[in-house]
Amino acid sequence: MEEKIKEILAEELSVDIGEINLETNLKDDLNADSIDMMQVIDVLEQEFDVEVDTSELANIQTVGDILKYIESRK
Amino acid sequence: MYSKIIGAGFYVPDNMVKNEFFESFLDTNDEWISSRTGIKSRFFSKGENTSDLGTKAAEMALGESGLKADELDMIVFATMTPDMYMPSTACIVKKNIGAEKAFAFDIGAACSGFMYALTVASQFIENGSVRNALVIGGEVMSKALDFSDRSTAVLFGDGAGAVVLAASQEPGIIKSYLGAKDDSKLSLVLEALPVENPFVAKAEGSTNKLAMEGREVFKFSTQVVGQAIDEVLKDTGYGYEDVKMIIPHQANYRLIDYAIGKNKNLQDKFYLNVDRYGNTSAGSVAIALSEVRQKGLLKPGDLIILLGFGGGFTWGSLLIKI
Repeated sequence: MEEKIKEILAEELSVDIGEINLETNLKDDLNADSIDMMQVIDVLEQEFDVEVDTSELANIQTVGDILKYIESRK
Repeated sequence: MYSKIIGAGFYVPDNMVKNEFFESFLDTNDEWISSRTGIKSRFFSKGENTSDLGTKAAEMALGESGLKADELDMIVFATMTPDMYMPSTACIVKKNIGAEKAFAFDIGAACSGFMYALTVASQFIENGSVRNALVIGGEVMSKALDFSDRSTAVLFGDGAGAVVLAASQEPGIIKSYLGAKDDSKLSLVLEALPVENPFVAKAEGSTNKLAMEGREVFKFSTQVVGQAIDEVLKDTGYGYEDVKMIIPHQANYRLIDYAIGKNKNLQDKFYLNVDRYGNTSAGSVAIALSEVRQKGLLKPGDLIILLGFGGGFTWGSLLIKI
């Protein structure tokens, strides 16, 4: 799952997958703005068949946060 | 009997407002706004109301059509920012242009309003009850904006577009597809009068300003764009390759880009002018349609799709032969 998340981030944010690890912060390290975040979450929701509540978005900042969030909903 | 577009027009107030305007009173700047929305400028009214914009768009559309106002049987005005609850904006335009025999009413379907209005008017023509209809979509969004909210104030603009529809033996509007679904979280809201009477005190916190929860709107909009295109083509015998141009509701460049991203063979068909007008809600598709005709980008026989989505939630699309 970690690899798939990295692939999605690399694709949606047009960054090299090698730059992405669990500690990578989407906004600070990958320059994701608010629209990028909505887009990334939308793709993740479809890929992993989960629903991310808007109120939880603020807690999702790193790749590790995404992984933890999705695993907890599976 | 078919209904065909025989004229189009648009009008925006003579007051172009660039992104820099907001920098003096909001924590935002041109780079922030344009990188997230694609919007560079919009037009704001300096006093003209929705019926004024609609009247000028209607006059241009009538001029292109060759019809006189008293030949119109029907006027439909799509807006969520009417001058008044009563009389309707359509009735004010009727008076302004002198459309003596036309019946007239407003339609509210937010940013999909022009698609709803075109569909309703075309039904009257196709069933033979009227011959000529004026359909207008227009807004003065600036009067509904909270100028202390940077997440909405920068997105919208004022403007109106209009078309004249006439009965025709040849296909014009080939198919329309409308939809609505519950915006259960009220993520796109513009309140009307609250209940306030001798039995009810005015509720605290009610406003007459537009409020939006961006992510819910993003999710809804990006889902519905592809669906509305597929549904309006379904069972018509036409496919993507037959469509010359798609004119979507001009909400946000990034949103539209993401929504069509999965459909690469459609990407270069989209006409966007959100950079210059912002989101004019019910005005947006009507303005863009008139603009592409004025620029000579369409010729008789071309197939186009008009596509709207917005508050309600509502959406709609029309497949049209020019």
